[in-house]
Amino acid sequence: MLELAAHILDIAENSVRAGASLVEINIVEDEKENLFSIEIIDNGCGMTQEEIKKVFDPFYTTKKVRRVGLGVPLLSDAAQRAGGNLELHSVKGKGTTLKVTFELNHIDRQPLGDITGTFIILIAGNCDTDFLYRHRHNDRIFKLDTRDIRKEIEDIPLNHPEILKYIRQLMEDG
Amino acid sequence: MAKLTIDDLKKIKEKVHKEMSLRDGDRRVKVTVHMGTCGIASGAKEVMDSLLQEIEAAGANDVFVTTSGCMGLCSREPLVTVEIINQEPIKYEYMNPNKMRQVFKRHILQGEIQTPFVLAKGSEVIK
Repeated sequence: MLELAAHILDIAENSVRAGASLVEINIVEDEKENLFSIEIIDNGCGMTQEEIKKVFDPFYTTKKVRRVGLGVPLLSDAAQRAGGNLELHSVKGKGTTLKVTFELNHIDRQPLGDITGTFIILIAGNCDTDFLYRHRHNDRIFKLDTRDIRKEIEDIPLNHPEILKYIRQLMEDG
Repeated sequence: MAKLTIDDLKKIKEKVHKEMSLRDGDRRVKVTVHMGTCGIASGAKEVMDSLLQEIEAAGANDVFVTTSGCMGLCSREPLVTVEIINQEPIKYEYMNPNKMRQVFKRHILQGEIQTPFVLAKGSEVIK
């Protein structure tokens, strides 16, 4: 995977598969601290301490259809290559928090990439899940909460093309 | 262009409600883009992007899009399943944005299965 948006899509899809009703994605770009961080918080089924230890092993997966699980190891590797690391906290039955940090100006840090497209795909493909997106760039903060949009549009599904178009434009204006 | 506001959302809501009252809003087709790590790494995001663009351009509100995890055939990703109501699901392999556009226009809109891209017919069974 060549951009961080693809990793975010992968990890957030894991959150949805874990039965989360709300997935929070927090991105921080801080030039003063030379920090780029991504935090993905979900209220899904969570993991046991045993499972958390195994998640970093590329030959561990909960899936029955194949014997490798590369999502978290790939992201962890991307972070380590760019002077950062990946932390995972999880409570069984409560949810999981994944935080990954990078040195902002590190030459090997992957670019963020198409985060708008990623967010749109998450909403389009999982219209029963709510997503909260926060992006801080130094002092500027952009926030988008699908629960606010859902409240306004009432019975129209969140993945209706017109609503997706609205969200895309909102993020591009961001 | 002026920044979007919550009023714009209200206008969209009214517009969609008007359209919905003109025809029944039933889902005719379900399209699943497989979004496991393997799918994303081989281009499922670009496939999904092109599908969403086509749906928007065609105004095809009866097409329901969803994502799913890996189904175990990682070497054949990106995989897309097209399920037209009352028909067997069709799984397409090695998809890319151009193939997705073709499948959308020919299969989803006109009902012609695009045989050269087909992996299998039917649903997967996990043992």
